[in-house]
Amino acid sequence: MLLVAPLFVLLLLSFCLPIAALLARAVYDPTMHDALPRTAAALDGSRNQDVPDDAVFAAFGEDLLAAKQNDSLYNVAKNLNNLLPAARSHVLRTARGLSLDKPLTRAELTTLDPFWGDSQTWSAIRNGVPPFTTGYLLAAIDLRWTPAGGIGPMPPNQAIYRTIFARTFAIAAGVTLITLVLGFPLAWLLANLSGPTAARLILLVLLPFWTSILVRTAAWTVLLQRSGILNELLLGLHVTDHPIDLMYTRTGLIIAMTHIQLPFTLLPIYSIMRTISPSQMRAAYSLGARPFAAFRRVYLPQVMPGVTAGCLLTFILCLGYFITPALVGGPADQLIANFISNYINTDLNWQMAAALSFILLALTLGLFAAFARMFGIDRMKLV
Amino acid sequence: MKSIGCLGLIALAAAAIAAWPAGAQEQQLTIASAGGAWQAAQHNAWYTPFAQKMGIKFNEEETSAGMARVQAMVQAHNVTDDVVTVDTAQVLAACDSGILVRLDWSRIAPRDSFLPGAARDCGMGLDVYGDILAYNTDVVKSNPPTSVLALFDTKRWPGKRGMQKIATNNLEWALEADGVPPDQVYKVLATPQGVDRAFAKLDTIKHDIVWWQAGAQPPQLLASNEVVMTTAWNGRIQNPIDHEHAPFKIVWANEIIEYDMISIPKGSPRLDLAYKYLAYVAQPENNARLGVFIPYGPVVKDATEFVPKDTLPKLPTAPDHMKDALPIDMEFWADYGQDLTKRFNDWLAK
Repeated sequence: MLLVAPLFVLLLLSFCLPIAALLARAVYDPTMHDALPRTAAALDGSRNQDVPDDAVFAAFGEDLLAAKQNDSLYNVAKNLNNLLPAARSHVLRTARGLSLDKPLTRAELTTLDPFWGDSQTWSAIRNGVPPFTTGYLLAAIDLRWTPAGGIGPMPPNQAIYRTIFARTFAIAAGVTLITLVLGFPLAWLLANLSGPTAARLILLVLLPFWTSILVRTAAWTVLLQRSGILNELLLGLHVTDHPIDLMYTRTGLIIAMTHIQLPFTLLPIYSIMRTISPSQMRAAYSLGARPFAAFRRVYLPQVMPGVTAGCLLTFILCLGYFITPALVGGPADQLIANFISNYINTDLNWQMAAALSFILLALTLGLFAAFARMFGIDRMKLV
Repeated sequence: MKSIGCLGLIALAAAAIAAWPAGAQEQQLTIASAGGAWQAAQHNAWYTPFAQKMGIKFNEEETSAGMARVQAMVQAHNVTDDVVTVDTAQVLAACDSGILVRLDWSRIAPRDSFLPGAARDCGMGLDVYGDILAYNTDVVKSNPPTSVLALFDTKRWPGKRGMQKIATNNLEWALEADGVPPDQVYKVLATPQGVDRAFAKLDTIKHDIVWWQAGAQPPQLLASNEVVMTTAWNGRIQNPIDHEHAPFKIVWANEIIEYDMISIPKGSPRLDLAYKYLAYVAQPENNARLGVFIPYGPVVKDATEFVPKDTLPKLPTAPDHMKDALPIDMEFWADYGQDLTKRFNDWLAK
């Protein structure tokens, strides 16, 4: 116990805590609460879902002025815009016209900009003001809080994440299956060869395994492009008379991912196959089993732990693929990790990135649990 | 004696270590820019002479993250960039969000010495560039495209076309291709019907587009025949034509004209030096020097006379390039950028 303690502490500090901190952002967003404290307090008193009274408007006016002075106004506008499209320019324009002299009334503000007399606006403000929110998590599964206060579906042109999660899981499953079909016979061959040939073949599997994933992806770009090696070859052999589009397509993506993932599926299977003595199959034959029956009833049950381990490894790694879809896939082949990265790096909407990560983690863990229940975690041979 | 020498050495080393970071900090100006041929041109035209003049060093960062990088730095209270170059469409929104220094023009140059719209509250124009269409003359031999809007004509020019993965420009061109005159584009795009119309037009070529993100990609896409035509920044195409005899051609009609901007992130560790750099670039003869290395025009009014003679006809603002040219509307993108970008990203994912 004492021996693993340092590792455990390191894992906790450098892995678990940052993940927890990031995931917390999915439900914790104090931007609007910090920038509009008086509005938040005033709204707290009224449970009414409609446009609030003068007291709230006065508080809101003071908050807007304060926010304008300390540069937090833009972030309020941006956050509100995430909840209600086009809200951004209304907030900024209204704040520009405010003056400190007298408190704002409902009538004034609604004549200045009818936007503030709309119940949708106040529904969005009510949803945005509490520091804890479920809005991002709901958005990550294409749901939202409706103005009436219930949970409803996203408008169709904004509902994209279910499709992307489904796409991610489908591509991961497809790649896993292809690596299994390609890897299983190869593993068998490697396990049953001996001497220098086996060593050389193993090297062929391991060499790409040791190469950086970015280098391998870039290499596939060279191979797959329209004037690339593969297309030149096909044209030269007169298989086709015009170059095939492989770059920026689903096919190209699956080819590249399969190549990168093959060793992950193959190696656990290979390591198990090495431990199975050929004499077992011979014993089965001598007892009268046909080759297929011997394979199914003697060989397969023994390699299954390796197969499940290899497939699980590949499947879970595929769920997080980012660089290969970005470089080889088209816009319709981007996986969930690409969207998370876009929210972190480009849109700077870390709440949405955290929410999508949360859903991905939950789905992955759920799947892992189902997998473990089906095949038994103790029977899985990961190394 | 020996031990004293040893101690002396240690003391010397300690002093050197103590002095080194401080010295290095004063001597270095960190600039984050968009890389490629453009940053190389800035390096030759501005960084090197400025560094020589001031006796400092430049620390050059290349990034395509733009404002996101700045916002992350400012929010984390760990600003390492002293000056950053910015897209025109981003600079107003970034200014509103308070992550950029509001420039004190008395430390740079008079505001009215710049072209209209090039001296902003938080950003100073660096150069004028054009968003244009380019094709490879080895591939498109007969019937070459005559306008950027050829992007939308897949009947006459079938095949993949490269476009920047960004809402800006593409929505404007979509409307122009749908029959909106350039001077009406932003008026139409400000209405929900106009936005629908632009996306409907983009829908017609959605499956023929290869999206690029870095400015260095379009010439590569053309060279590898991955696309029949691509949008690009004019300098990124002109440079391979001039220096590598690449068989590329630029189509100017319906170009979109933009400024490259430079800004100072709030909390820049060397604010004074950053201002000096901006003032240096704003001097007419310096501002025009970029044109020697990449055909982008000056933003300072008095700089035109310093532009090299053979660069003038390659500039996006050359008279015969201005047919149906559209200057980008920064105020429009500051107001509508967030919604249009979200809609664009959702559209892309479908």
